[in-house]
Amino acid sequence: MLYRSALNRAIDECMGADESVVILGEDVGRYGGSYRVSEGLISKYGEKRVIDTPIAELSIVGNAIGMAIAGLRPIAEIMTVNFSLLAMDQIINHAAKLRYMSGGKMTIPMVVRMPGGVSRQLAAQHSESYETLYSSVPGLIVLTASNATYAYHGLKWAIKSNDPVIFLEHELLYPMDMEFKEIQDFDPFRAEIVKEGRDLTILTYLKMRYDVIEAQKELKKFGIDAEIIDLNSLRPLDIETIAKSIKKTKKCVIVEEDHKTGGMGAEVVAQIMEECFYDLDAPVLRIAGEDVPIPYNRKLELASIPTPDKIVDKILKWKAENGI
Amino acid sequence: MNRARVEKFYYLMKLGREFELKAKEHYMLGDIAGFLHLDIGQEAVSVGTMQAFDKGDVFTHYREHVLALARGMDPKIVMAELFGKKTGVSKGKGGSMHLFDPKLDFYGGDAIVAGHLPIAVGCAYARKLQGEKAGVFAIFGDGASNAGAFFESINIASAWKLPIMFFAENNYYAIGTHISWVSPFVDLVEKAKNYMPTFTCDGMDVCDVYNTVTQAKEIIENGLGPVFIEAKTYRYEGHSMSDAGKYRSEEEMEIFKRKDPIENLKKKAIELNLVDEKYFRELDAKVEYVINEAVEFAASSPEPEIEELWEDLFCKECENVIP
Ligand SMILES: Cc1ncc(C[n+]2csc(CCOP(=O)(O)OP(=O)(O)O)c2C)c(N)n1
Ligand SMILES: [Mg+2]
Repeated sequence: MLYRSALNRAIDECMGADESVVILGEDVGRYGGSYRVSEGLISKYGEKRVIDTPIAELSIVGNAIGMAIAGLRPIAEIMTVNFSLLAMDQIINHAAKLRYMSGGKMTIPMVVRMPGGVSRQLAAQHSESYETLYSSVPGLIVLTASNATYAYHGLKWAIKSNDPVIFLEHELLYPMDMEFKEIQDFDPFRAEIVKEGRDLTILTYLKMRYDVIEAQKELKKFGIDAEIIDLNSLRPLDIETIAKSIKKTKKCVIVEEDHKTGGMGAEVVAQIMEECFYDLDAPVLRIAGEDVPIPYNRKLELASIPTPDKIVDKILKWKAENGI
Repeated sequence: MNRARVEKFYYLMKLGREFELKAKEHYMLGDIAGFLHLDIGQEAVSVGTMQAFDKGDVFTHYREHVLALARGMDPKIVMAELFGKKTGVSKGKGGSMHLFDPKLDFYGGDAIVAGHLPIAVGCAYARKLQGEKAGVFAIFGDGASNAGAFFESINIASAWKLPIMFFAENNYYAIGTHISWVSPFVDLVEKAKNYMPTFTCDGMDVCDVYNTVTQAKEIIENGLGPVFIEAKTYRYEGHSMSDAGKYRSEEEMEIFKRKDPIENLKKKAIELNLVDEKYFRELDAKVEYVINEAVEFAASSPEPEIEELWEDLFCKECENVIP
């Protein structure tokens, strides 16, 4: 199933089952969505529930919060996370805090969906991965969908959830055809063990999952049997699954596409330090994006983020340096 | 209209169009990537505004190649930027959407819709403080006119009587969203007329754009505060190379193609006996030469070095201190 079709199916089923579910955003209606996620929904549910908005991100999220307060279940689509910066006040000062500030009286059943990451040469204002801007905020649930199965189940869960969910997608995944599994007892907060292994735990999420899988094939040739874990949920973080794996492998690497300083890996490493420091044979290795805005030139763009080759090289070097 | 003006307008519009057609060709060939927003059909706006507003500062969005060329940016370094080369105006780091040249008072090339407007207003504040008369030119689309930053900008510019020209390039669409679906007004002047003097001009007619900007900028130069101009125009291509533009009808397209800014200028100039066909053929040949030269320059230029990835983040004093 196409990744984007999995998302579409989740929205479609929720809109079909519950009249209070609406979707709003730029080009989501007649155009069918920039990445075709909302394709066909307007003809099925009409323009009152599939809402084409002006270019006004702050209002898209703000309006969604208001709709949620009034009893709807809005899905706000922000074209990319880069533009969500314009909506951050509504997301952080409002969506994340209303329930707490009101002593638990307010309920905000809202999803903000958006893709991020490096696509292909879209340059600095269109290529960011801002997950830690949201995963550092109390009051938000932050999920990432790296695959069709999680995209479908995770988004369905998010739409039904009574709390605000930031649902992160990746621009390069939309057209990818992926294996799809129906899951009965789906838990959005569980990390997925993508591949079991004995020697090394590699944590990752979103599009880097595929780069890690590529890298692991190469590592195998060096006799390294890596366990790959997809975090899925960034807040809350499934530290239990992570700690269990580290207990077994004694070594941990995190591969992320966002900037290294203050990136997702920083928080993951901090939690590992607290939970399983004594299980580690070596310092955790962070393989992340460089601390620069993403450049347009393809060679520089690729140099700014992890790639399978770089992942392999860095792991081999790290192993040699630490004698592990 | 006189001969010298016809020559300038025609040359720059033709240069813009051929530049865009070449860019499209090289996008298909894979020499250019990312988002490529073509200005084909809208050349009269870019050229008319820049010819009239020839001093002062310019702030624009991502659909900006022709504006940059009309401002005087060398086609070679613009094409090289599209090719992502070291010799590009932004050293290959910005690409099509991010052309900057402070020497030309040309400040981008912003790809966050309406994000450049508050910046332009700030620049106008500074120009007023510095006693500069020419002021600031800020161009944006119909889509941008719905953003909060737009409304904040016209309010502040008006409240503080800042020397700034807001130029709304209304091509009716923001990607696939028609202005009438998301705004109570299709005529964008309606949004500004309680704040400042407003003007409209035909965005398919370079002379009309030129004359209107010339007239409006007097208000700015006389220190009387901001002005707002709207030009209706049309892009012949999709929003970017990633958009087929299927949401628009053939008929709608035809209406505007009949008013093609380049063809119409040519026709008018010949009718007025200012020049003949041969004259335009000579200009066309010149354009062809300049564009081919630009492509050759771009294609033969070197890529940036990997080390450049970490350069240009800070000024000299901090560059070596901050990792
Ligand atoms: C804040 C923000 N939201 C969304 C986008 C995505 N986007 C890029 S261009 C565009 C449409 C802009 O339309 P308009 O202002 O009319 O300019 P035009 O492209 O027609 O020249 C959109 C929605 C963006 N770049 N920035
Ligand atoms: Mg437009």
